[in-house]
Amino acid sequence: MIGVSHYLILSGLLFSIGFMGVLRRKNLLMLFFATEMMLNASNIAFVAIGNYYGDLSGQMFAFFVIAVAASEVAVGLGLLILLYKKYGSLDLDVISAMKG
Amino acid sequence: MYEVIAFYVFAISTTILFLITAFSKNVLYAMTALASGMVMISGFFFLLGADFLGVVQLIVYVGAVMALYAFGMMFFDATKDIKEKHQNPTLVFILGGLMALVFVIMFSAPIIGENVQAIHPVIEGVGNAQAVGMVLFTKYLVAFEVAAVMLLVAMIAGIILAGKKMDYSLTTNDDTYDHEDEILKGAGK
Repeated sequence: MIGVSHYLILSGLLFSIGFMGVLRRKNLLMLFFATEMMLNASNIAFVAIGNYYGDLSGQMFAFFVIAVAASEVAVGLGLLILLYKKYGSLDLDVISAMKG
Repeated sequence: MYEVIAFYVFAISTTILFLITAFSKNVLYAMTALASGMVMISGFFFLLGADFLGVVQLIVYVGAVMALYAFGMMFFDATKDIKEKHQNPTLVFILGGLMALVFVIMFSAPIIGENVQAIHPVIEGVGNAQAVGMVLFTKYLVAFEVAAVMLLVAMIAGIILAGKKMDYSLTTNDDTYDHEDEILKGAGK
């Protein structure tokens, strides 16, 4: 039978896939995709724990995480378009101004 | 029995799709895999009895966020493969594995601790959407309103940021157009 630990292990796995993406990506758009994966993984954990305790708070938190993710995408994509207009690339090595 | 089959189907497909997103070289493939992964994740929400959240996930993530990415990708060159310079790939995998271990321990800690109780227990006799509404509009009303204001701010920010220099071509790079002047005057004319 599928218990809460199955969901939590899956959530940790998806989160670490997203974390690996954040660490290895140099393209800003791909970096955004990786953060979306991490947010989704945390949502699964919230809902699974809420279901385990018969509590609606987990679903509430997941709901607000989705709202935050939506607004983050709107602002972040606007900034990405500005950066692309300025530098002609989304590569972090090209964009970075500080050397070190 | 069906729950077990559904869980493993969704789990395997989500993991594979997210791995494609994290390691693909093509932006278009990565975005498509991410969108399908979101659909699969909404399947978990339906399995866990969070019907309303599953529908919200489908509408907001797959409908709105991925469509926004698709529109944003019109500004970038999506067809050619991106080149990335990786400095230390093994360190990334070690850190990612450690991260997975830490998260599994962290997430399973409240299962071992026994003294956790439900603050807002699931209301009996009503559907999930109704129960969510009852909690959302009583206990979380202020947070809900703040989230609405935050979404409005994000919408205005997105319009202002992306709308600047909209009539200036990215690809032809004609320098005859004086776009510096446009920034000074602002986009609001």
